Amino acid sequence: MGSEFVALGLTPVLISAFAGMACALPGNFLVLRKQALIGDAISHVVLPGIVVAYLLTGQVSTWPMMLGAAGAAVISVVLIEMIRRLGRIEYGAAMGVIFTTMFAAGVLLLEQSDTSRVHLDVEHALFGNLETLIWLQSDGWGSLLDPLSLAQLPPQFFRMVIAFFVISAFTYIFWRPLVLISFDEAYARTIGTQATVIGFLLVVLAAMAAVAAFDAVGSIIVIAMILCPPATARLLTNDIKTQVFLSLILALGATLIGYVAAGYLPLWLGYSNTLSAAGMIATVSGLLLAFSAIYGRHRKRVI
Amino acid sequence: MLWAALSLSLGYNATLVTLGASLLGAAAGMAGTFLYLRKNALISDAISHATLPGLGFAFLVAFGFGIDGRQLLILLSGSALSAALGLYFVNWLTRETRLTQDTAIGCVLSVFFAFGVVLLTIIQVIPAGRKAGLESFLLGSTAGMLYSDALLILILSIITALVLFVFLRPIKLVVFDQGYSETLGISVRRVDFIILMVTLAVTVLGMKIVGLILIVALLIIPAVSARFWSERTNIILVTATLFGALSGYIGSAISAVSPGLPTGPIIVLCCFGLFLFSFLFAPKRGVLAVALDHYRFQKAVHLTQGLLSMAAAQPIYEPKTQRLLRRLGYIRADGVATETGKSLAAKTLLNEKRWSYWQEILKESDQLDGQAVFNLMDIETKLTPDQIKSIDQGLALKQGERM
Repeated sequence: MGSEFVALGLTPVLISAFAGMACALPGNFLVLRKQALIGDAISHVVLPGIVVAYLLTGQVSTWPMMLGAAGAAVISVVLIEMIRRLGRIEYGAAMGVIFTTMFAAGVLLLEQSDTSRVHLDVEHALFGNLETLIWLQSDGWGSLLDPLSLAQLPPQFFRMVIAFFVISAFTYIFWRPLVLISFDEAYARTIGTQATVIGFLLVVLAAMAAVAAFDAVGSIIVIAMILCPPATARLLTNDIKTQVFLSLILALGATLIGYVAAGYLPLWLGYSNTLSAAGMIATVSGLLLAFSAIYGRHRKRVI
Repeated sequence: MLWAALSLSLGYNATLVTLGASLLGAAAGMAGTFLYLRKNALISDAISHATLPGLGFAFLVAFGFGIDGRQLLILLSGSALSAALGLYFVNWLTRETRLTQDTAIGCVLSVFFAFGVVLLTIIQVIPAGRKAGLESFLLGSTAGMLYSDALLILILSIITALVLFVFLRPIKLVVFDQGYSETLGISVRRVDFIILMVTLAVTVLGMKIVGLILIVALLIIPAVSARFWSERTNIILVTATLFGALSGYIGSAISAVSPGLPTGPIIVLCCFGLFLFSFLFAPKRGVLAVALDHYRFQKAVHLTQGLLSMAAAQPIYEPKTQRLLRRLGYIRADGVATETGKSLAAKTLLNEKRWSYWQEILKESDQLDGQAVFNLMDIETKLTPDQIKSIDQGLALKQGERM
């Protein structure tokens, strides 16, 4: 399985691995800050953003869609905050109002407009199209050293790698304030941390991961990867640094196991069709969480 | 066309669907109110996404036994079972591990939904599965709904609403005052369980009409909208029920005349329309009412401060205060007080003196609670003539002491 794997399997694996790690990194802090469902909200509102971008530009191209999705994510965060403050509604309910409405608007826009000639539909948005991200120009493992065929990699690959490195750099640079606002926001404020700014940047970063990952892997995997690896790691350790590294390893592990299970398990069992890779990766991340919730060393609350 | 749908004269099926959607909306509004008041609104998100694997599994099992897996009752039973399992996992993770509830909700909803997608890819391979149209459960579709399906949803919605109605009293008590209801011997855990089971029933029944992704909206938005209109549980409950029913009714009617569109999003946008109206125009808690209150308060403060300065013969520099006084005719354009201005200033000063004396008395006897802004109100409308008389005597005595 040399050249065939490089052409058909390598890029989906790499893309979902980078997507998983890019989502898990900000997820660590969101889980600690009790903002876990922000990821859920963002991955729902990405759809209207992309539809509006398509309607405005009339084509399915990378940058307008990324901008549309990012814009929708920011608008939703602002609207949630506005309803919460002006209407004195609790956070969860305000979020429920906004993300369902924006998703509904996105679906209706999509159904009303003529998108039959482009590959844009609700199921694509939810499940992703991991299986179509192939690297036909490759010619075995040697292609990895050939700049000409490297340039033919699917654009989602470069997008995901860039997103992952931007998010890693942010986490590295703002490590101290991030940890502070995650564990004790009041204390962080007293020693002069710009908690509001850092908190907002964290949400923007999660949105960036979600938007970059969404096109390739779909929104289910985004929510699962923002939450499951960090939650799993949290039950295994008390040290935040270890937790973050563990969550990256778990995201990577879930991707590899899930991808193999989706692609080869049915073949080994004698069926000819593969399963949804995105769905399988998220399922594996859930199984890992279940495992650590039963056996994890630090699974219990410290009273 | 729309009028025909709204007046229920668009055929038997459409009528059943519209009635079913209205009843479902009413039940969702009620159940959602309790979820919201128990600060548990987003658990419905986990319940609804967790239905997908059950849906797929029920189809596969039915297919394995050679039954037509499209039978709605079979599909709904499977969905209900897996939603219950998801709910159990959320509670288990929150209780047994140190993960918070929102993390547990997010993990369960994404993993269950993902596993459901895996099952869907299996079903799509089966020839019967390809035309089963299970995707219609994602966003809801009433187009081409069978008569028996519509009837089933209608009957089950009536049962759900009845169950909620029977347990209304204990649920309301727990929502309103948990401690008190415990002393009456009502089990809070059991009431929470009933609320969640009704939510589950609403979710599963709503799958065909609203779709499992958006049923959350029908549970959250009417309740949140109703909260703007009142502080009383009863009124909130009735309003939310009405809002839910209205959204289901109008939404399914619009959808009946435009069969190409999925029903769920239309119903959700109807919900949002009612929310927006409540958010802006509700008395007291609505945004406009709050802004108006703020404006009135600001005006009263400026006026009182300006009149007090006039009474003390101090110059007024604040441009807003100047404008206000001039417009009301209390000062002339050159800043000199008019006759009405002078008499009102004296009255305001007296009011202020009386209030501050009253405040001192309250403070001495430890009855002053909080920082109430007294001097903006006319004391003669707030206290009895006897009280004012004693205040005046006290003030006169004080003035005598000073002289």
